[in-house]
Amino acid sequence: MRRLVLTLLIVMLTGPAAAERLVVSLSSHRVAITSNFIGEELVLFGTVEPDGAKSALRSSYDLIVIVTGPHETLRTRRKQRVLGIWVNVASREFVQTPSYLAVLSNKPVNQITSPETLRRLQVGLDNVLLPQRIGPDIADTVRNDPFRMAFVRLQTQQSLYSEISTAVTFLTPTVFRAAIPLPADVPTGNYAINVQLYADGLLVARTNSALEVIKVGFEQYVADAARDHGLLYGLATVLMALFTGWFASVVLKRD
Amino acid sequence: MQIYLPIADLPVNIFLVFGMGLAVGYISGMFGIGGGFLMTPLLIFIGISPAVAVASMASHIVASSFSGAISYWRKNALDLALAMMLLSAGIIGTASGVWLFTTLRAMDQLDLVIGLSYVTLLSIVGALMIYESVRAILRARAGMPVTIRRPGSHTWVHRLPFKMRFKRSKIYVSAIPVWGIGYIIGFVGAIMGIGGGFLLVPMLIYFLRVPTATVIGTSMVLTLVTMASATVMHAMTNHLVDVVLALILMVGGVVGAQFGARTGQKMRGERLRLLLGLLVFAVGLRFAYELVVPPDDLFSIRRVGVD
Repeated sequence: MRRLVLTLLIVMLTGPAAAERLVVSLSSHRVAITSNFIGEELVLFGTVEPDGAKSALRSSYDLIVIVTGPHETLRTRRKQRVLGIWVNVASREFVQTPSYLAVLSNKPVNQITSPETLRRLQVGLDNVLLPQRIGPDIADTVRNDPFRMAFVRLQTQQSLYSEISTAVTFLTPTVFRAAIPLPADVPTGNYAINVQLYADGLLVARTNSALEVIKVGFEQYVADAARDHGLLYGLATVLMALFTGWFASVVLKRD
Repeated sequence: MQIYLPIADLPVNIFLVFGMGLAVGYISGMFGIGGGFLMTPLLIFIGISPAVAVASMASHIVASSFSGAISYWRKNALDLALAMMLLSAGIIGTASGVWLFTTLRAMDQLDLVIGLSYVTLLSIVGALMIYESVRAILRARAGMPVTIRRPGSHTWVHRLPFKMRFKRSKIYVSAIPVWGIGYIIGFVGAIMGIGGGFLLVPMLIYFLRVPTATVIGTSMVLTLVTMASATVMHAMTNHLVDVVLALILMVGGVVGAQFGARTGQKMRGERLRLLLGLLVFAVGLRFAYELVVPPDDLFSIRRVGVD
């Protein structure tokens, strides 16, 4: 169903002949999480080019960059007072939601284009598709659903979701740069970058890019070992602990 | 200096974590306990998820109890036979504890159960210790002899069948309470991420009348083995043991423990127990406060799986 909607959207969007073309380049396509990783900021550079010799450029453009992280399933839980103590009583599962979502633009998205276009293209934290498992069904709810609002708020607090209306700067009317903030606990996986160019409230061109966040070296090795060889990993941890304990008792004798 | 924890998936300040290991190690050396009941809340406080904290703490306790057990072994102050009997039930307790841990986590109630167990256990044990040590101090003031162990006084525990003799501890008791205690310690330890030393020592003294000479060494052997198996079981079922976190903690912990033990030896026994009682009770109250006071945010998110 979702794919069908997407396909329709693409057909609708690519329908009218665009007069512009976007050329973008990312400062790095691969972010490596090492032992001293504390977050990073990637930079996306790009220019607006006329598409073909005859077409001319307009005087001003707006740009929205949407960075979407790997999808994951999360559960949002709500606490309530039961017999005097606070207990998780209700929960909603958010299925296949982006683990990271940044909506970057040169001015607030609702000033760039109409609410209908934003909703249709799922631009912005209010319009992104966040399917929830409600009983046997999987559906997105209205945007003021308490669980949905809490989910977006918590993800924003964690810096995993963001809507930054100053992240894109036009260096000249046709050359731009966008800063993509990646927090320290950024999820690993593949990220899709969708760049949308607007003129007079209309989408005139779009292009895609991608980046990859991976654990490397020791971090990767440890995470893999813990997942794939639980028993060996546990035994190795115990051996390490025994060695530390023994070493301490030899080096720092108590009496 | 920040270091990225590969399983907890977040960077922490290495000196902060090391310092926490050092401080808790100091306290654990001073009182002859593992210190898990202090460390796990501290880890949760700095942002590590309760599940990772509990699973990683187990290996930290392995290190400190092993270093402790070695020094008690050198002084011939541990009862291996008693430890083995406690262990045979302790392993089963740990396995059921890890199973319950996994189940509760799937039901979103793990944090609550960890919180509730801390409140009940710590406030009860803390209050009992304060009561007992204040009485001992008052009696010492009044010039009466301080005795915890009353040889010859028998309780219902001593009338149970399947009696066994433990030569090193010079006791003759039924195997049933020994297994019961072993099971409880293994079970509670796996859920709460504690070694259970602060529970085991009083239980051994009051129920089994184990003499003070062997009680701490024996308790350390039990803690060592149950926590080692808890580490392996947590690693196999939940994959949440963070080896980097554990290493920083254990290095800090064993160093701190050495200094703590020196301070502990200079203090009077009942004073030491009063201090420990107050500490245990305070941590219990802290958890109670958290359960009762309205949380800042009613909502929370938990990762279910990566698609």
